[in-house]
Amino acid sequence: MLTCRQATQLLSEQQDRQLLLKEQSGLQLHLMMCRSCRRFGKQIKTISVLSKAYKQFDVDEDPPK
Amino acid sequence: MHLASVDNDDLNQQLHNTEYLNDLRQQMIKFAVLQLSSFQQAEDVVQEALTSAFEHLKSFSGRAAFKTWVFAILKNKIVDLIRQKTRLTTMSELFDDQESDLSIDELFDKAGHWHKYEAPQAWQSPEEMMEQQDFWIVFDACLNHLPAKYAQVFMLREMIELSSEEICQKLELTISHLNVLMYRSRARLRECLENKWLLEGDCLC
Repeated sequence: MLTCRQATQLLSEQQDRQLLLKEQSGLQLHLMMCRSCRRFGKQIKTISVLSKAYKQFDVDEDPPK
Repeated sequence: MHLASVDNDDLNQQLHNTEYLNDLRQQMIKFAVLQLSSFQQAEDVVQEALTSAFEHLKSFSGRAAFKTWVFAILKNKIVDLIRQKTRLTTMSELFDDQESDLSIDELFDKAGHWHKYEAPQAWQSPEEMMEQQDFWIVFDACLNHLPAKYAQVFMLREMIELSSEEICQKLELTISHLNVLMYRSRARLRECLENKWLLEGDCLC
């Protein structure tokens, strides 16, 4: 059984590489039982989406009049 | 391409506002320095991007913000520059990074499970988050809070969208080292966003 630490590391690596089948099944098993790690997985995907949008929006600085 | 007259006026105002342009240039340089680890190169690439933007003003549709458009040009210029180079200076070569090593040990207990107060809380959707006023200021602050070598790999991967293999090659990192840097960056950024943004204002009293 994976620890949360191992599961979160795998969730991060999943963003950058294809996990091995063994890693995937271990991770799925852990996620089924762990809400915190499920959230972590969702949130690092959110961070990835936000990073792509970063600097794409005019934030605060409307040009001074 | 035909610009709507209102947008055109806005744009003209922006482009003749030295303060706005200086500020934009500074933001671009800051963005580029983090990835190129060289102020000189960052200045050059920003100059190139701005020049190119002004030369191609006609192809700017006016639908996106001018800043969005210029940053998209800058991003492409940075990717080109990185691809031309055989090797990038890593941030850890520029800074003595003894102090900048991120540990995530304190997030987990000895058995490797989340500490009670570190366990992730529920978030809103990315769309909802982006809509909030000041969200990008917090995001910026959290990104700046990462030690430089982490910010560099994080931005190359998530913003410039280079592949892991490319990053390893350019920075002469092993894939396992990169995985660790990415893992710690994501975990820290996640934690920072949650603490600074999502929990703020939630009075539990």
